[in-house]
Amino acid sequence: MAMMDFQGKQIEVDDDGYLLNLDDWTKDLAEHLAKQDGIDLSEAHWEVINFLREYYKQYQIAPMIKILVKEIGKAMGPEKGNTKYLYELYPGGPAKQACKYAGLPKPTGCV
Amino acid sequence: MATKVTTPKPDQLVTSIDFTPPKTGWMDTPTIIKPGTFCWGAKGKNLATVEFPNARDWNPSDQDWKLPENWQEIFLKGMEDLLGKYRSFKVFMDICVRCGACADKCHFFIGSGDPKNMPVGRAELLRSVYRKYFTASGKMLGKVAGARELTVDVLKELWYYAYQCTECRRCSLYCPYGIDTAEITIMCREMLNLLGLNTDWISGPVANCYMKGNHLGLEPHAIMNSIEGMIDDIETVTGVRVNPSFNRKGAEILFVTPSGDLFADPGTFTCMGYLALFHELGLDYTWSTYASEGGNFGFFTSNEMAKRLNSKIYAEAKRLGVKYIIGGECGHMWRVLHQYMDTWNGPADFLEVPVSPITGTRFDTAKVLKMIHITEFTADLIKHGKLKLDPSRNDDLVVTYHDSCNTSRGMGLLDEPRYVIKSVCNNFYEMPENTIREQTFCCGSGTGLNASENMELRMRGGFPRANAVKHVKEKHGVNMLANICAIDRATLSASMDYWVPGVRVTGVHEMVANALIMKGEKERETNLRGEPLPGKEGN
Repeated sequence: MAMMDFQGKQIEVDDDGYLLNLDDWTKDLAEHLAKQDGIDLSEAHWEVINFLREYYKQYQIAPMIKILVKEIGKAMGPEKGNTKYLYELYPGGPAKQACKYAGLPKPTGCV
Repeated sequence: MATKVTTPKPDQLVTSIDFTPPKTGWMDTPTIIKPGTFCWGAKGKNLATVEFPNARDWNPSDQDWKLPENWQEIFLKGMEDLLGKYRSFKVFMDICVRCGACADKCHFFIGSGDPKNMPVGRAELLRSVYRKYFTASGKMLGKVAGARELTVDVLKELWYYAYQCTECRRCSLYCPYGIDTAEITIMCREMLNLLGLNTDWISGPVANCYMKGNHLGLEPHAIMNSIEGMIDDIETVTGVRVNPSFNRKGAEILFVTPSGDLFADPGTFTCMGYLALFHELGLDYTWSTYASEGGNFGFFTSNEMAKRLNSKIYAEAKRLGVKYIIGGECGHMWRVLHQYMDTWNGPADFLEVPVSPITGTRFDTAKVLKMIHITEFTADLIKHGKLKLDPSRNDDLVVTYHDSCNTSRGMGLLDEPRYVIKSVCNNFYEMPENTIREQTFCCGSGTGLNASENMELRMRGGFPRANAVKHVKEKHGVNMLANICAIDRATLSASMDYWVPGVRVTGVHEMVANALIMKGEKERETNLRGEPLPGKEGN
């Protein structure tokens, strides 16, 4: 399995660069992963990441985009609860990119 | 660090397909495992969860696959066992006359031009090993008799091509001997499994399904949360609040569907279709958060694993005391149910032959299995005039239908889905006849090949199907590709975006629910996706 060197610590990641252990995640690490894709995490990015981590804590899976959109809309208003807004923040796809920065595993199966 | 894999653009991919065979004979042409055409290796923890052998992390692009020292002995012993256990496998190893009728029938050969992807070529990779160790002529004459040693390179080649076959069985249809090449791949994967040579995309779902009941690893509250979201959305669209039950003892019917329907678009719209239909009928049915997976990725590892994962369906039916089971829109789920479930985990003598409570139809075709496909159930409802339908609500759609390999070739379910679609849609066109029904082309990503790191392979394999869709798009303006399989809903979405942009993908019951006139519904403005219905665009 691949290893990522970060702040002198060896962190296990899968072949797509997703963290293998949720506990390895830190805010600094999220900033670092985003920087690799050329993204500086803003307040707006963090709102999504924090939501994803909360959701994962409760359901043990990353939410579908549909749920993400709906829940973000409920919590932060309709101007943020839409696919366009989320894709502007995360051009690589809110599910894939934001989940990676949030330290969540990618979903598998018939998806 | 993570490996970056890029997928060629469609025009680059098409021009890269070269049918000129290499100058060297196939045994002397080395196999190169190319990025974009293979799946990541399994994670050790997932293999350990289901007690698979040689549980460790491994990467197919590494030189060292971390095999046990006596790997060759294990593989050959496994082969001996399977040859003894399955007469069919032994026959399929012996009888091929290399006529080549299968060669150009395979979507992976058509999309790659690689001769080892001709079904006969792929099977020959294993047959050569069979000859070397299990036939007198091969033992004595070696290469002259088409036999070769099982070396590490040969093992890697077997692995590489066993995961470039989707076990769709299109080739078998044209084989004059009726050789089931899918079964050869199944056996090959089973032997590779003995060495822990599984992929991440398959072993992850298998471990999830074993621990939590479904491939995605949805826990009961996640399933209910997802369905509650669908209930809200159905109410927004129709004004009707549906009220399904979960794990309810004494229900008449247990409903089982692939977990992709619960948690991935566009499957979720299909799932909303089931919910709306069952509510309208007042069906006495229950969902299960335990038997929460119709699909069976275990089938892509070993017979025994598939059996273990399948067992929960009958077990849950028994625990809940239902009379019979309805199964949702899934492909390989139905191959497993239709051809293996009874001998693995039956007899289901505690269940009854399914009888529709609405029409009284007795489904004698399911006399043994006690489980019917939802399109059989719905086609019967429509045939008896039990549904009020307004197909004009689907008038923005020009639909074609993709037969899932498993429901068509695996169980002969050909006409029911078409009857349902034609009853709920006014615009329906078939793709060319050599690409549908029994001759259907695979989506290109079945049998657990629907990962992202092998996208080039998927798009190559998806090319023939997409090409037929492109044909009806250009001829009839087709903009919607219907199917009854959760893998199809995920994989065809990707291959349409790549090959035929503008064509979207849907399950059949999404269109059923859009056309369904429900008791007490409000005037509908949108479809289940929240898009305006035809004629309501300005509202």
